[in-house]
Amino acid sequence: MSAYRDKDPRIHGIQTTIRVVPNFPKQGIMFQDITTLLLDPKAFKDTIDLFVERYKDKNISVVAGIEARGFIFGPPIALAIGAKFVPLRKPRKLPGEVISEQYELEYGRDCLQMHVGAVEPGERALVVDDLIATGGTLCAAMKLLEQVGAEVVECACVIEVPDLKGRERLNGKPLYVLVESH
Amino acid sequence: MFAGENGPQEDPRLKAISDAIRVVPHFPKPGIMFQDITTLLLDHKAFKDTVDIFVDRYRDMGVSVVAGVEARGFMFGPSIALAIGAKFVPLRKPRKLPGEKIFEAYELEYGTDCLEMHIGAVKPGERAIVIDDLVATGGTLSAAIRLLERVGAEVVECACVIGLPEVKGHHRLNGKPLYILVEPRQ
Repeated sequence: MSAYRDKDPRIHGIQTTIRVVPNFPKQGIMFQDITTLLLDPKAFKDTIDLFVERYKDKNISVVAGIEARGFIFGPPIALAIGAKFVPLRKPRKLPGEVISEQYELEYGRDCLQMHVGAVEPGERALVVDDLIATGGTLCAAMKLLEQVGAEVVECACVIEVPDLKGRERLNGKPLYVLVESH
Repeated sequence: MFAGENGPQEDPRLKAISDAIRVVPHFPKPGIMFQDITTLLLDHKAFKDTVDIFVDRYRDMGVSVVAGVEARGFMFGPSIALAIGAKFVPLRKPRKLPGEKIFEAYELEYGTDCLEMHIGAVKPGERAIVIDDLVATGGTLSAAIRLLERVGAEVVECACVIGLPEVKGHHRLNGKPLYILVEPRQ
């Protein structure tokens, strides 16, 4: 589901503040840069408000954000809906006992970690990141939460790159995005 | 300045904020008592109070830029920026920002690291605060200040949730004021 298709009037302002940087980090990639959105207080506030409006009455107690751009959007959402914020981090960053989930990169593997005890069984959780591409990272994030018995209610991203079909990699979990990049 | 410096006027929210921070001994190496703010983020009231204290301080200071240091500065900065109507500017490790950028090197215990900022994110004359979860030696914050000053911004203050004892009494960083909520616990 996407707000883009629903054509909320705030979407246009959000979409136009996202900057596309060609050939970053390598040739052929059109990088969706959200830092320019963060420079526009109204567009950034609208972004958060759209997510908050969707989730505030859904009994969500956990907002999990993926390092590092998920750390920018996740906490404001968590604070507004009364949930805890749980950072999902690259290896060796979290100081306490962690659980890990590996995921595939184009070349090789990476790993996402979460603190043991941050999330209790039965909690209802959201996963937040700035963008979904192949869905590999989001999939790993969901698995971490499910490892500890939480229920992932939805994945929420500002941007989706539909051609990369990340939506199909979410094991049937719903995905909500604000804008699509073609 | 420590938020708790005022004795009987100490903000009653500070104790819960301090108590919500977990100390992890010997991370990332023996001898370091790591101040873990992830447990603060799990306590909605304490997290909200943390943000509110910074927001109350900065909302009437004409601040148009909140610069957050990667990655834990990203957890606090955006909420403050949203509440005071400022832009949020991420200051990042090398090779993360996609556009044209400037960088500042800073000293680590062994070697150097580097902080980057997008060109054009901040305009000359803007009033900025720098936010991070913790200040230790002040090396990272100093690099952040230099980045902002190079583009002509005025750094009004640096703000951290936790400040290590080395900086207590040294309430100015490169001449810039430093505002800290709590001291580290053992």
